[in-house]
Amino acid sequence: MKIVGLSGSIVGSKTRTAMNYLSKEILEKYPEVEFNLIDLADYDIQFSDGRNYLEYEGDTGFVTKQIMEADAIIIGTPIFQASIPATLKNIFDLLPEKSFWDKIVSILVTAGSPKHYLIVEQQLKPILSYMKAQVVQSYVFIEEKDFYRKEIINDDIIFRIQRLVEDTVVLTETHTNIRKAKEEEYDF
Amino acid sequence: MPEQAQKSLVSLLIPEYTKPIVENTNQLKKGDKKMGMEKYRIDQSKGLEFGLYSLGDHLSNPQTGERISAQQRLKELVETAKLADQAGIDFFSIGESHQEYFTTQAHSVVLSAIAQATEKIKIGSSSTIISTSDPVRVFEDFATIDLISNGRAEIIAGRASRVGLFELLGYDIRDYEELFEEKFELLLQINENEVVNWSGNFRAPLRNAKVLPRPKEGFMPIWRAVGGTPASAFKAGFQGVPMALAMLGGPVSHFKTSVDTYRHALTQAGYDPADFPVATTGFFYTAETTQQALREYYPHINEGMKRTNGRGFAKQLFAQGADKRSVMLVGSPQEIIEKILYQHEQFGHQRYMAQLEFGGVPFDRIMKNIEIIGTEIIPAIKKYTAKQ
Repeated sequence: MKIVGLSGSIVGSKTRTAMNYLSKEILEKYPEVEFNLIDLADYDIQFSDGRNYLEYEGDTGFVTKQIMEADAIIIGTPIFQASIPATLKNIFDLLPEKSFWDKIVSILVTAGSPKHYLIVEQQLKPILSYMKAQVVQSYVFIEEKDFYRKEIINDDIIFRIQRLVEDTVVLTETHTNIRKAKEEEYDF
Repeated sequence: MPEQAQKSLVSLLIPEYTKPIVENTNQLKKGDKKMGMEKYRIDQSKGLEFGLYSLGDHLSNPQTGERISAQQRLKELVETAKLADQAGIDFFSIGESHQEYFTTQAHSVVLSAIAQATEKIKIGSSSTIISTSDPVRVFEDFATIDLISNGRAEIIAGRASRVGLFELLGYDIRDYEELFEEKFELLLQINENEVVNWSGNFRAPLRNAKVLPRPKEGFMPIWRAVGGTPASAFKAGFQGVPMALAMLGGPVSHFKTSVDTYRHALTQAGYDPADFPVATTGFFYTAETTQQALREYYPHINEGMKRTNGRGFAKQLFAQGADKRSVMLVGSPQEIIEKILYQHEQFGHQRYMAQLEFGGVPFDRIMKNIEIIGTEIIPAIKKYTAKQ
């Protein structure tokens, strides 16, 4: 099973901090999973110009190929101007239509205010649905007050991250098995 | 969207705002030159034409993991054309792709070898990327092939689905739309007129230029390659050129919208749809039973699509391809005959082009398919589609 963690912003530290907790959880609990954390802050990604993702080179080509090869993607995103960051939207724009067909996608979000709670429902989930993702319905919402000097200080958040990781792995396994059983029925 | 592209879109949708994109050079006076379908070498009394086409892909056979050499692949393409000719197939074409896993970059050179090796079959491109070529050179090449083949050459011009060739051949991808439109129109002008006066943005002007040699009958069929959307079909109709429609998968009803849109646009632009042939293209594979056909062909499509397009072909969608209402022609000979006739009833098209040898289908299976096409499929479809 291949899982990619995608930290969707090139500024700030909170999303990356939470993604580090999540990475640690996957590596410890599920050593058999091939996990790769992509923090967009570490890459130089160009804007989408509409070409096939196989034709991007350098960091852009690397990141798009990693995502396309994954069975599951865990997206970590902050909220900017009441929406997802442009850097994350650009990743979606770089990929083909229906890229998330047969992929599980789960979400972790960091926000400066509880007023942003529904941004994921209203802005991120519709994109993922359009791209045909199987979305893990519960997401982890983390506020400013849950962090202190690049650490998570609210135990409830830790528990929720654990559940998100577990749900992602279980759903990926389940979906893979369902698909496999169905494909065997076709007999070709 | 770039400003230029936006402009041309507006002119397509609201023709009265701008001059028509082309003058109706295809509307010829009686006794002048050949007219209607005949101009495009289509004889409807002989029924629906059956063609084979290749993108010139060079992929390993997923069932064995082996990939033949590029040289072997090219030789087999010429052999395939010869077999198709002997089996009574009407048309054979090869495409141009400048990327990994392809081997017919110089497609006109391959077609020239095929012209020499065959006798009756029409030969063409599928497609020629006119955007990144000089229309004068393309016309010279294909007119030459037309002479070598004794009047059998055709061009299907397309816009490329990849950007790599723009870089390789020194063009800017931002001119994608304009490069195609300008160069395609120049190609059409050269085809219609022995002496051309022309100026544009992407090539030096032509002053009283004679583009030689001329094709055998002075003119050869040039088609516009059209992808899945009706917007693209509209452009072909508006321009008054034959349309070659790509159909990878999906219901017949979906593609009927494109065919209807094409004919509607022809009418709107002052042409008679009865004068313009439509060709459809799609995946094709036949074996004794439909199940066997699905089993033998699926790995080639799935792995081939992964390599060339970055995504496999979902089994669920492929399974639906066996349904009568799907455009994909994978099945027993009888089912394929029924599907072709159903599509003919829906589209009223003049040519079907089968993509049989994609994704490393081994040569012995290609031979077997061609044999069935020649002995079972073509006689049946000709019988039911010949116009009295």
